[in-house]
Formats: sequence, structure tokens, C-alpha cells
Amino acid sequence: MAEQYNESMLDMYIFETTQNLEQLEVCILDTEKSSCYTKTAIDEIFRIMHTIKGSSAMMLFSSISKVAHSIEDLFYYLREQKPHNIDCSGLSDLVLEGSDFIKVELQKIKSGDKADGDASNLTNRIKEFLSCLKQQNSYGTEIVEPVSEPPVRYYIAPDKTSNSLSQKAFKATVCFEEGCEMENIRAYTIIHNLKDFADEVYHLPQDIIDNDESISIIREEGFQVFLKTDKSYEKTLEFFKQTIFLKDLELIELENDEEFSQFNKNNQILLEAGPIKVPQLEYPASKESGGKEAAAIVSNQSIISVNVAKLDKLMDLVGEMVIAEAMVTQNPDLKGLELENFQKASRQLHKITSELQDMVMSIRMVPLSMTFQKMHRLVRDMGRKLDKEVQLELIGEETEVDKNIIEHISDPLMHLVRNAIDHGIEATEDREALGKAKAGKVTLEAKNAGSDVLVMVRDDGRGLDKERILHKARENDLLNKPEQEMSDKEIFNLIFLPGFSTKEAVSEFSGRGVGMDVVVKNIEAVGGMVSVDSMEGAGSTVTLKIPLTLAIIDGMNVRVGSSCYTIPTTAIKESFRPKEMDLIQDPDGNEMIMVRGQCHPILRLHQLYGVRTEITEFTDGILIMIEQDQKFFCIFADELLGQQQVVVKALPDYIKRTRKIQGLAGCTLLGDGSISLILDVGGLAGKR
Amino acid sequence: MGENMEQSVFEQEDTQRGRFLTFTLGRESYGIEIRYVTEIIGIQQITEVPELPEYIRGIINLRGKIIPVMDVRLRFKKDFREYNDRTCVIVIDISDLSIGLIVDSVSEVISIPDSEIVVPPEMNKDSSKYIKGIGKVGSEVKLLLDCERLLNEDDIENISLN
Repeated sequence: MAEQYNESMLDMYIFETTQNLEQLEVCILDTEKSSCYTKTAIDEIFRIMHTIKGSSAMMLFSSISKVAHSIEDLFYYLREQKPHNIDCSGLSDLVLEGSDFIKVELQKIKSGDKADGDASNLTNRIKEFLSCLKQQNSYGTEIVEPVSEPPVRYYIAPDKTSNSLSQKAFKATVCFEEGCEMENIRAYTIIHNLKDFADEVYHLPQDIIDNDESISIIREEGFQVFLKTDKSYEKTLEFFKQTIFLKDLELIELENDEEFSQFNKNNQILLEAGPIKVPQLEYPASKESGGKEAAAIVSNQSIISVNVAKLDKLMDLVGEMVIAEAMVTQNPDLKGLELENFQKASRQLHKITSELQDMVMSIRMVPLSMTFQKMHRLVRDMGRKLDKEVQLELIGEETEVDKNIIEHISDPLMHLVRNAIDHGIEATEDREALGKAKAGKVTLEAKNAGSDVLVMVRDDGRGLDKERILHKARENDLLNKPEQEMSDKEIFNLIFLPGFSTKEAVSEFSGRGVGMDVVVKNIEAVGGMVSVDSMEGAGSTVTLKIPLTLAIIDGMNVRVGSSCYTIPTTAIKESFRPKEMDLIQDPDGNEMIMVRGQCHPILRLHQLYGVRTEITEFTDGILIMIEQDQKFFCIFADELLGQQQVVVKALPDYIKRTRKIQGLAGCTLLGDGSISLILDVGGLAGKR
Repeated sequence: MGENMEQSVFEQEDTQRGRFLTFTLGRESYGIEIRYVTEIIGIQQITEVPELPEYIRGIINLRGKIIPVMDVRLRFKKDFREYNDRTCVIVIDISDLSIGLIVDSVSEVISIPDSEIVVPPEMNKDSSKYIKGIGKVGSEVKLLLDCERLLNEDDIENISLN
């Protein structure tokens, strides 16, 4: 049935509902903290559920609207009766479950499937909860239907009230098809659409949105609309005929305004200045939330959502422009010419292009807060399931990271938080026995460090157990050097190896043994690094070091033979021309160099990639010292060509498909139009 | 409207049907279906990419787009020949995959009707597996390349190599 509505309406519905659900979750999690439902929260949840119910019914997603309806009923009761002994956590569980259900359905709708989830189980439980609540609170207060009817509102388009002359008055009686559900919402749609069509609109029953009884009235007696318009009878008739699920329509032109007078007696007239989207209940008590809503709408107007693919394209174009600019300004034809004006103009061009580049980069930057906020829910659910009290602290959530990278770190982060709670934080009794605070604490921290962002997941749990890690590593034959020689850090980093999980039993949340190495793979895929540090008994910290952006990096161009390679500047410690006396060769033919008392292995690029070059003596070329995972090694190249910002491009698909080349992260175009291969330092370290 | 579109697409395909771009490799003359060909460029500066089969010479910069180039001579296990002025790169586009083919020289575009195309003789040798058919043009013979196989067969080869 959804085909009836055009795409944009569906998009809008999904977008709004998702936003509402997010708000709902925030609201509930806040409530959990203060461990009681404030009036504002109840109003807010009621309003959200009401909106979702209404819009879902409009879009004919009955399962969603049913769930929303039952939750709405529940909160209606809470709001009106203000019962005292509410099972707060049980209530939150129910509402969150409801929101999860709606999310799943939305996902189905998004991917074009039918939203066919069965909510009857959930709605029944919600109803049970409600009746339970009613029984508990039945003392004294009878359940009275709300006496205080909200003030009736009429929507009269501004600027149209004055000219009541030369207008015809109509009375329309609309009957909907049986079983179309939500008659009141449909009636509202008519009224809403009439706003532009007619100058004055009144309707019976009056409180179609707020009063559920209006549904039955509309069903039985039809929906009566009185309107004044300067349009002709035919046009008006045509308008009403567009109504969905229309069964019967009766349109009468009224001779006089008599019937209107019944509405004019003591009703205030509300002028709507702004667009009305969905009926929103505004009660005096929920003023703050109403204000917030308005603010949200205002801020929405200055933000547009853009397809990421378009941004990527823009990024590519700017990248190409940077290269093209270099091609022009460093054109070999210009060599040796005195061109004062040209230089001036090209400097100007350079300034603009670099500003443009910065701007495009900043467009793609998204704060981490969304990713961080998601963890609240995770922490809550896990704490509940594992019966641990866990607090989540977020630091530096405003730190911005490239959109592509955020997508890549969301899952690893979730995994790390899960691990911290499951493995790190001890059971509550154990914590008390150890004299720690009862509630465990997980801290998520993000901060900028040069061209990297550090994201840390810290817990104050039991920390990593060195003995157990070593034991496990021995068992799985993961040790690559004698135990005695390993530093603490090296031992801890064993947990990132594939097939490593210290948890004997597999739990719902973690311990499948595929954990940490997946985290590492994900992070390395975006050019990041993972390290862990721990203090026995005091907790552990996992640090993710991720680049700010994938698209443009600072690189050092080096030449080997006729080829050019680019090394990310961040990995380079220093570059130098070695002295003969510092070079060492061990019996296996491994070449090493002594620098300030430290011995580092050397990797010959020309040998590795089979490039023909004249320079094979270390003393003729240059060594570039690279740091990778706190290990150092040197790359041997012919010469340094210089440092520049390069736009990272992927190698062609055909080549990637043919073979996965280790040690190459991609390629880039240099100022002269030639191609340079970008070295993947992590991959090279593995090659040694 | 939709019908017109369909028709024009059909017509476009029709004008390309049976038309081949011919090029030479040593003494043989080859043909490649014109619908795969995007453009023909002179030989460019090629950046070598390590660890690839020998016939993939590397990558080139085609106006900001980076595409791999394959030496068809080496692909067909012929001897390598130094590139010169006549050496051309035929850029082909197969299911969104762009690749440049390095050939000795490009000749012309000709039409070969289906009736003039015969299936290659059954041979157990490798050489014929990239040939879809043999076209007869006057007294000459053109070997018609199967582009899809040219690109996709390496996977199998790689496995056997490893």
C-alpha cells in the first residue's frame, strides 16, 4: 500500500521517526540516571509515541502504530493518574524494547521490505504492565477520563481571515471506508490540506486528534467540515474526492453563515504562522520540550543532508584540482622565466585551492558524539544483563573525524566497550570486596594528536592478567619470542592476535575468540593502530590511533630507480645518509644499522619491489627511519624528492583483484602528472 | 517516450554491431569489438607496480583517472618489444573496469558481418582461449579477441601460479 505515497514522504517519515526514537532513548536513559520519571519526561515520551503512532498509521505501518499506541496509552495513564509506585526499570525496558521493535521495522521499510513484524506479544505485555499499574494504584482515584479538554484549536491560514466577502460556505460530510483505521488522523489530514484551500475551516467532532472517541463518532456519523472559500462548488468537490479511503461524500453549499455561528461563540481563533506538520500536543507543562522542538526545527533549516557519494566526488575533484594547479604553476615550460604577474596570480590561485581543500575536508568531518552516545544504550543493556553496575563517561565527544572513518570505528568501539564491561569490570560483590567503588566505570575519551585522533576506552576493572595471557598464548602457539624477553606491553598486545580470547565461556556479548583481532583489522583498514595498556587490579586502557582523514595525507616522496614512492610523513622518524661504519650484516645476510646505540633492520625498497636502480650502496642513497607499533626499521631509497600533501587514490580494481599487494596503500598523482605509489608502513613492517 | 529510448539504444548498439577495431601484434592482425573501446592513446609514462604478473606493465594516469595497462604481447606470451611511436594503448571498458591494452599499432575500424566470422579451430593450446572467432576480410584474417576472458582468466592462472 505504501506505493500510494511518494518516496519523499516515506523518506521524511523514516527520518522523523528515527529522530524521534533517538530522542526517546536519550529521554529514557536520562530518566534512568535520575531513576524516576519526571513529568517532563513522561510528557515527552507521550508526545513522541503519539507522533510515531499518528505518522505510522498514516503510512499504513500498522504494527509500528500499534506498538506506539500501546506505549502511548501507558504514558497517558502515567500522565493523567500520576501513580506513585512505578517499576521504573521495568517500564524503561518495555519502552526500549518497543523502540527496538520500531527500529527493526524501520530498517525493513528502508530496505524496501514489508514491515511485517508481529508486535502482539510486545503490546500484550505493555497492556499487562498497564493493567498491573492500574490495579496497584486503584486506591481512591478512579480512572477518570480526562475532564480538562484541551482547548480547541482551529487552523485558519493567516492573512485570509479578513476577506469573508464573496465567499461561499460549504458543508461537507465525509465518511471513510470501514476498517481503514485511524479515522481521526485521516480527518486531520483533510483539515490540514484545507488550510491552503479554504479561508475558514471548522469541523465536527472538534477535537479529532486529542480525543480517541472522535474515531467512533467519525465512523458512525461521518466527519463534518464547514468551510468558507472563494473556490467554486466543483473545485471543492474535487478536493474532497482526493481523500484516501473515501466512501461517501456529501457536499452542500450553505445559504448563510448560520451554521458557522455555532463555532464562533466562545472559541478562540488560533492563527498559525508557521507550517504545521504533525499535530503536536502542547500542554502547559511540556512547554520546555515544546520550545526545544521549535529550536530543533529552526536549526534543521540551516542544515542540509547531502549524499556522501556526492561529497566523495567533490573531494576527488578538489584533489584533482590541486594536482592540476601544481601542473600549471610548476610547468617545466615556465622554467627560467621571470614572470612576476604570473607568480602573483598563481599564489592567489594556490591560496584559494588550499582554502577550498580545507573546506571540503571540514565538510566531511563529523563529531564522534553520535558514535559515543550509542554506547550509553550498550552499557545500560549489558550492565543489566550481567548484573554489573557500570557508569559510562564520555570525554571529548566533540572531536571530529572523517565520515568514512567514523563508519569504520563504530563497530570496533562497541566491541571494546563490551569487552571492558564483560571482561574488565568485576562483579559488584568482587568490587566491594576489593574496596573499589561499587559501580564500575568505563571512560570513552577522544582527543586530537597531530594529524591523528586518539580514542581511548578505559575501564577501572581488574586489568589484564599477564599470566593468563601468556598461558593462553603458549597453548595456541602464538609466542614469537622467549617469554622472558617480552615487555609487559608486548604481552598485553598478544590479545590482538587472531584466535585469542582469555574468556573460557562464550557469553552473549563477547568471548567468541574473534574479538580483538577484528578490532585491529578494522582499525588498520583505515590506517590506524591499536595498543593496550593495563595495570593489574586497576583497569586497562585500549588506545585507538586513527588518522583524521583518509583522503589526503602528508607524504614524503622518495625515488627508487625511475619509480617514485610516497611514505606517510607521520610514520617517519628521521632520514639520514648512513656511514659505512654503522652498517652491520648478520650471518643470514640481514642488513642492519646502528643509530645512537640502537640497532635497526634495513629494508631495501629496490630489492623488495624489484626496481632497477644504480644506487645499491647504502652510503650512496638515503635511509628513512620508520616507526611502526613502537618498532623501528629503515627503508633504503635512492633519494628524497620532497614533502607534499597527496590525495590518496585506490589502486585500480583490476590490480586489486589480481593480487593483494602487501605494503602498498594506494597511489597518488604528483604535480607533474606522474604516479607515485603510497607505501603502507604497517604492511612493510610485516614484510621484513 | 520509453519506446523511443529503447529504439535509440537499440540503434546505437546496432551501429556498433559487427564493427571491430583492428590492431597488429607482430605479423598477426587482431580485432576487438568496438563497443568495449573508449579511446586510443599513445604510449604514456607507466608507473610500475610490484608483484604483478609480467604482462601488467603498471598503471598510467589518464586525465586524473588511474588505470592499469596490460601488454598484450606479453599476455600472449610473445617476446617483449620496445615501445616506439607507433605503440598504442587501447583503453577498453568492460563492466566498469577500465584497462589499457598495449599493442604494436592500431590499424582501422572495419565491419565484419557475422557470416564472415568462423569459430576458431579446436586446439588444446592456450593461445586460442582468448580468441572468440576468426574474421575474414578479403584475403586477410583477423583474430577477434574475447575481452572478458582476457581480463578475467588471470584469476585462474594466478591460482595455478601460486
